[in-house]
Amino acid sequence: MKRWIAFRAILIKDVRSYYLKPPNLSWGLLFPLAWTLMFFLRSQDPIDIRSLLPGVMTLSVLFGTTSMLAVTVTFERKGKSFERLLQAPIPLGLLVLAKTSGAILFGTLNALVPLALAAFYIPLEASGAARLLTACLLLAFSSAFLGLLVAVSVQEVFEAQTLSNFFRFPMVFLCGLFFPLERIPLPLRSLSYILPPTYGADLLRGALGEEILFSTASSLARLTALCMILALLCLRAINRRWID
Amino acid sequence: MKSEPFAFEVRGLRKDFGSLRAVDSLSFGVFPGEIFGFLGPNGAGKTTTIRMLTGLARPTGGRLFFFGEERTADVKAVQHLMGIVPDDNNLYPELTGRANLEFCGALYGMPRKERQERAEMLLERFGLAEAAGRLFGTYSKGMRRKLVLAAALMHRPPILFLDEPTTGIDVASARSIRQLLDDLRCEGTTIFLTTHYIEEAQRLCDRIAFIAEGRLVALDATATLLASAREEGAIDFVVEGEAFSLKEPLGRAFGGVTCRVEGDTVSVRSAEPLRLTPFLNFFRDRGIELREARREKPSLEEVFLRVTGKAPEKRAKEGGGRP
Repeated sequence: MKRWIAFRAILIKDVRSYYLKPPNLSWGLLFPLAWTLMFFLRSQDPIDIRSLLPGVMTLSVLFGTTSMLAVTVTFERKGKSFERLLQAPIPLGLLVLAKTSGAILFGTLNALVPLALAAFYIPLEASGAARLLTACLLLAFSSAFLGLLVAVSVQEVFEAQTLSNFFRFPMVFLCGLFFPLERIPLPLRSLSYILPPTYGADLLRGALGEEILFSTASSLARLTALCMILALLCLRAINRRWID
Repeated sequence: MKSEPFAFEVRGLRKDFGSLRAVDSLSFGVFPGEIFGFLGPNGAGKTTTIRMLTGLARPTGGRLFFFGEERTADVKAVQHLMGIVPDDNNLYPELTGRANLEFCGALYGMPRKERQERAEMLLERFGLAEAAGRLFGTYSKGMRRKLVLAAALMHRPPILFLDEPTTGIDVASARSIRQLLDDLRCEGTTIFLTTHYIEEAQRLCDRIAFIAEGRLVALDATATLLASAREEGAIDFVVEGEAFSLKEPLGRAFGGVTCRVEGDTVSVRSAEPLRLTPFLNFFRDRGIELREARREKPSLEEVFLRVTGKAPEKRAKEGGGRP
């Protein structure tokens, strides 16, 4: 019970201090809108919103979640307030979950912005809602831990942004959103198979009734496995670098 | 493995950073309810020791005990017993004073009503009630330090770690923090205090450990450490006229003493106790009129100098005051 009081307090503080701040709220809206516009401009043919939606949602989650977590945690590390959390009687796993939960919620809500806009133009079946939400949550979870890995690796906030982009942009081009996986050269394609957005985007495609590359069960299993691996890597990195 | 009757104890504690040994075979115990001073020059290993004791760093070697139980590999299990005041004011600038305290209470699992009541009580006690609704980022240095101390006390910890609690704050705030520490001792809190201010340690601490280059160089009751200084010789003689010509004859007549002359004053120092009569005879035999002879009051600073071989740091105080 005591641990959950701490968990709740950290989550609520982060949501109020970071995610509900007007600049971040507007950023959370503008970013998905910008992605949507980019996809519209790229399209040569009459716009097929349903086929664009998985990509826009994936990018919204990936960019929103990684940025927020990498920046906020680096900011708290620099102000030494993160040490206060490490010195509190909260298991490290629960602490990490509390810090990432705000970003996961933020990322998931980011993904729902283009979905809500799309709902005005295309019919969305309720049957895919659970799959869609699961995909968004798992994508946000993996992105949050990627952001945390960035935070563990840097000292300054600007470094967090730079390092995030170092892996985010290659990811965008390798996860099958812009180029079909089969058109990606073989050595690079092997990288595609270990990227969370590859499976997250595919799950979203399936949930929206589009053609998929992997079975739903396979994508779910692989994405969940990647989430677990990233979480373990984060815990190990924090244990080694922040508890010296 | 049991360790009693200490509130906490370190045995052979060691910490290496690559090839640098920051803490070397440190052993001491802190009794429940005492204020234990941990003094040393900059880079001596004070903060590293606190980081190991509070779970922010892993010892390279040695053992940690809390209330008799070994916790070397599991400091997390006893973190609820600790209140920690780091050398940085690491609360959240974007939260109000009250919200900071309530958040810190929640980190230790305090229910909402209890933490609200405790926060109000501490804000009142620390004289911050009027500023409770202001953002921490807008507080003065003294107010920040007090709030960090209040935050450490939210969950009523039996052990309090204080790293330089009065550094960089004004005289009045430093004085009120020292008064609060005295009150906490009376309430039974065990306090582990690092400070640069020797006078502060001398006034507050029951026992003091001196650390230099990661090693414990002295540990005793404050009174005992002062008594050891008292045994040393330190006499100042004020003579009629200029005293420079006395330096050499004094050195010849009294082996093992060092003399320093400044104007009409000769300061004689010795590692051994000094008797006054031979010096009085020395001046009388040479027909030198002695206006004054005074034994210097021993201070902990002299003990510090002797055991560490270094002067204690005197950080420039922002706010302009001595503690």
